[in-house]
Amino acid sequence: MTAPADPRPDAPRPDAARSTGSTGPGAPAPRGPHAAERAGAKAPHHGDRWRRWRAPVAGRANALHAGAWWVWALGLATAASRTSNPLLLALVVAVAGYVVAARRTEAPWARSYGAFLRLGGFVLVVRLVFAVVLGSPVPGTHVLVTLPEVPLPGWAQGVRIGGRVTAEGVVFALRDGMKLAALLVCVGAANALANPARLLKSLPGALYEAGVAVVVAMTFAPHLVADVARLRAARRLRGRPDRGVRALLQVGLPVLEGALERSVALAAAMDTRGYGRTAQVPAGVRRATSALTLGGLLGICAGTYALLSASGAGYGLPVLLAGLAAAVAGLRLGGRRSVRTRYRPDRWGPRAWLVAGSGVAVAALMIAAASYAPDALDPPAYPLTAPTLPLWPALSLLLGLLPAFVAPAPPATRPEPGAATAAEAGVEGATR
Amino acid sequence: MIRFENVSVTYADAPAPAVAGIDLFVPEGELCLLVGPSGVGKSTLLGAVSGLVPHFTGGVLDGRVTVAGRDTRTHRPRELADVVGTVGQDPLAHFVTDTVEDELAYGMESLGVAPETMRRRVEETLDLLGLADLRDRPIATLSGGQQQRVAIGSVLTVHPQVLVLDEPTSALDPGAAEEVLAVLQRLVHDLGTTVLMAEHRLERVVQYADQVILLPSPGAAPVVGAPADVMAVSPVHPPVVGLARLAGWSPLPLSVRDARRRAGELRERLAGRTPAPVAPYATAPAPDAEPLVHCSRLTVRRGRTEALRGVDLSVRAGETVAVMGRNGAGKSTLLSTLVGLHPPASGTVTVAGTVPRDTRPAELLRRVGLVPQEPRDLLYADTVAAECAAADHDAAAPPGTCAALVGELLPGIAHGAHPRDLSEGQRLTLALAIVLTARPPVLLLDEPTRGLDYAAKSRLVGHLHGLAAAGHAILLATHDVELAAELAQRVLVLADGDVVSDGPAADVVLSSPAFAPQVAKILAPAPWLTPAQVRKALEAAS
Repeated sequence: MTAPADPRPDAPRPDAARSTGSTGPGAPAPRGPHAAERAGAKAPHHGDRWRRWRAPVAGRANALHAGAWWVWALGLATAASRTSNPLLLALVVAVAGYVVAARRTEAPWARSYGAFLRLGGFVLVVRLVFAVVLGSPVPGTHVLVTLPEVPLPGWAQGVRIGGRVTAEGVVFALRDGMKLAALLVCVGAANALANPARLLKSLPGALYEAGVAVVVAMTFAPHLVADVARLRAARRLRGRPDRGVRALLQVGLPVLEGALERSVALAAAMDTRGYGRTAQVPAGVRRATSALTLGGLLGICAGTYALLSASGAGYGLPVLLAGLAAAVAGLRLGGRRSVRTRYRPDRWGPRAWLVAGSGVAVAALMIAAASYAPDALDPPAYPLTAPTLPLWPALSLLLGLLPAFVAPAPPATRPEPGAATAAEAGVEGATR
Repeated sequence: MIRFENVSVTYADAPAPAVAGIDLFVPEGELCLLVGPSGVGKSTLLGAVSGLVPHFTGGVLDGRVTVAGRDTRTHRPRELADVVGTVGQDPLAHFVTDTVEDELAYGMESLGVAPETMRRRVEETLDLLGLADLRDRPIATLSGGQQQRVAIGSVLTVHPQVLVLDEPTSALDPGAAEEVLAVLQRLVHDLGTTVLMAEHRLERVVQYADQVILLPSPGAAPVVGAPADVMAVSPVHPPVVGLARLAGWSPLPLSVRDARRRAGELRERLAGRTPAPVAPYATAPAPDAEPLVHCSRLTVRRGRTEALRGVDLSVRAGETVAVMGRNGAGKSTLLSTLVGLHPPASGTVTVAGTVPRDTRPAELLRRVGLVPQEPRDLLYADTVAAECAAADHDAAAPPGTCAALVGELLPGIAHGAHPRDLSEGQRLTLALAIVLTARPPVLLLDEPTRGLDYAAKSRLVGHLHGLAAAGHAILLATHDVELAAELAQRVLVLADGDVVSDGPAADVVLSSPAFAPQVAKILAPAPWLTPAQVRKALEAAS
C-alpha cells in the first residue's frame, strides 16, 4: 500500500517457511520487522504495526494445531444446525468457503473441499426430490404442480407417492437440505484445512495404534486409484478394451491382490521399524483404562446427541463434560502401555486459541440467538414468508471469519514438484 | 556384528531349504555385499538378519543368527529395530507417513526417543543425506533416488548398528545411484555402521565392498572373501571383471580407475583395430523407407507439467533405440504415448501407420507392443498355460502361438506354474512372449532389466538381437548403460521432457561419463563398449 517498490512484502520465498523454525507458534510475521524497516522511510507508523500483525507464512514450526481447525468447523456446524433461515445458512457456507479459500494449502487432502461441496449439493437435490415425490408433512396452500399419484394398498397408509407439490413443502425441504449441506461443508472445510494425519498425531498415546491404521488406510486410497489406472492401461496393452464397467471389474482382483501385497510389505516394514513395542503395565490399570474409556465415550455420545437435538440442551453439556473427563482419564492411563514419543507435535498457541475460540463463539452466540430471535432463526414454512436477515445473528456468524486473518498463511507460490526433482537429480545432460 | 551359525531356512511347502549351511561373520563397520544369481536366497538371508525370517515370513530357521549379540530367534523384528535398519526393494512400500520429516522421525517415535534427541537427529540426517530442501515435501512427489534416500534416512535416525539393504540402486538412474552409494560410503567410514546389501548391478557397487558373500547356486554353501578373490570365481560379475579376466590381470581390478591403470598394454594390443559393432543392423535401414515410429513436435502434458516437449523421433524397422535419462525425464511417458495411453497435447504420433490414441486396443495390439516396467501388470491368469491361451485369444492368433514363443524364449518352464512364482527374469520373458504373440512390428520395453541378474540379462539381449534381426523396431527405456551399450544402435537422451541428444550409441555414450559403460571408460578414447567386442578383437589377433 505504501511501499510501491515492494508491493508484496510478505510474499513468501521458498525458504521463508523453513526459516521460521525458531519462531514460536502464533508469533507475528517473522519477516515483518525487516519489511517494516525497509518501508519505514516512507510508511506512516500505523502501517508498520499493521504489517507486523499480519499472519506469518505457514510452515511446520508454526502450523496451526489441527484440533483448532476442527473446533472452529464444529462451531460453525453447530451454528448451522441451530437455524433453518436460508440466508443465515448461506452465510455459514460463505464464511467457511472464504476461510478455506484464504488458508488452504496445495496438499492432497486440501483438494477434498470440492468433493464436500458437491456432496452438499447432492444432498440438497436428494432432499428436494424426496419432498416432491413423497410429499411433505408441511401443510400448504400454494400448489405448484400436481403429480400423478400412485395408488397404494391400504397397509401403506400414510405413505404417498406423487400428488400435490406445494410451495411450502418445497421451501421447507430446501431449508432442511441446506442445513445438511451446510453441515457437510463445515466438515469439508475442517478436512481441507487440517492435515488428517496431523490430527491423528495429536491423539493420546493409547489411541495411537488405531490412528496409524486410519492413516495407513488413508494413504492406501490414492495407491488403489493409481493401481486401477495402471492395470487398466495394462489391459489396453493386452488388446482388451480399457474403458467401461467391465474393464473396471476385471482389474478388481489384481488390484486387490496388489493392495494385499502392499499391506504385507508395509506391515513387515513397520515391524522392522519398531511398530508395536509396548511397555508392561499391571492388570488393574488395564481394566480401569477400559472402563473409563468406554464409559467416557458413551457419555460423549449421549451428551453430543443431546446438545445437537435442541430439546436436551439442559443436561447435554454436563453429560458431555463428564464423558470427556472420563475418556481423557482413560486415555491418559492407557498411554502408559505405549513407549512412544512424539516428534514435533503441533503446539496449541495463541493463534490456535483464536481460531478455536472464534468457532466456539459463533456456536455460543447462535445458541443465544435462538432465545432472543427464534422467529428469525427458524422462520415458519407456513404461511410462506420471505426470510429476513437478522442483524445480530448474522454479525455473530461473521466472527467465524477470524481464522482467515489470524491463521498462518500458506505460501502462495509453491515450487513445482517436477522442477525441484529435475534440479535435484543431478545428472548432467549427456551431450555437454 | 552379524553372525550366522550353520543356518538353513526352509519355507512351508518348499521341497528344499531356501538357503542351507550358512556360516559367516560380518565384522563391525564393514560394507558387505551379497551377490548371486536370482533365486539363490539373497532376500531370505537379508530377512534373517532383520528377524523378518522366520517371524514374519513363516518357515523354519535352523541354526543361529545373532545380530549385535541378540539372537533373532528370541527377538522379534520390532525388538531388533534399534540395532538393525532394513530397507526393502521398493522404498514406497516402506513409508508409513506422508511427509519426509515425519518419515525420518517415525522409527524414533516407535522406540520412544526423547523429543529433543529426535529433532537433533532429524536435522543431522537431513544434512547427511542432502534432504534438507525436501523436508516438508509429500513423499509421493519425490523422485526415485530421493525416495530411496528418504528410506535410508528413515532407518538411520534410530542409529542402527547394522543396515540391511535389498537392491538399493536397481531402480535408480546412474546419478541417483551414485548419490545413494556415496551416502552408504559415508555411513561406513564416518559412523562405523555395518552395511549388508544385496545388489544385481555389481558394476555400481563392487568397488566399495570390503567383503563379498557369493551364493553361487540355490542351497550351495556361500563363498566369502575379499571382493577381488570372490569376483575371480563368481558366475555374476561386472564388465570390468569380464575385461580383466580376458586380459588376465591379477589381482583383479574392481574399479574403472584400477583397471585403467593396468590397461595400457591392452590398449596397445587393441590399437589400430576397430571394434565390431555391438549391435549390427541386420539389414541396413533404407533411408527412404517409411519409419515405423514417427513423432513430430510431440508434446505431452501430465497434469500441469509438460512431460515431453517438442520431441521429434523416427525409428525404422530393424533398429534398436535406447531411451535414457534420469528418473522422471519422460522416458516412460514417451513409451506410453506410443501405445496411446496419453494423448499428445500437440504434435503427431504415428506408429506402424496408425495413430495409437485413435486405434482400438485389439487392433493396436498388432501394431505395437509394450512390456511395462512391472511385467506382472500384464499377467492375469493363474498358470502360464492359461496366460498363453488368453494371449492367443486376445491377439486372435492360432492356438499355441504364445505357447510356442514361451517354449522358445523360456525353455523348460513349467506350464502349470503360477506367474507370481516365476523369477523376475522369467516373468519379464513371459510378458515379452505374450506381447510378441500378436506379432507387432514395433516393440517397446520399459526398464526391462530391473531386478535381472547378469545371466537373465544376457538371455534378454540375445532375444532382442534376434527380434531386431527379424525386422522389429525396438525402443527400450533404461537406466542400464551396459544394456544400452550391448543392445542399441541408437541412443536417445531425454532430460526434463526435451531430447538432449540423439545419435549412434557409441557416439552418445562415449561423450558422456554418466552414460559410458565401464569398458568404454577403461579403454577410452578408443570406442570399445563391451567385453565381448574386446574378446572378438583379441581372438582375431591371435
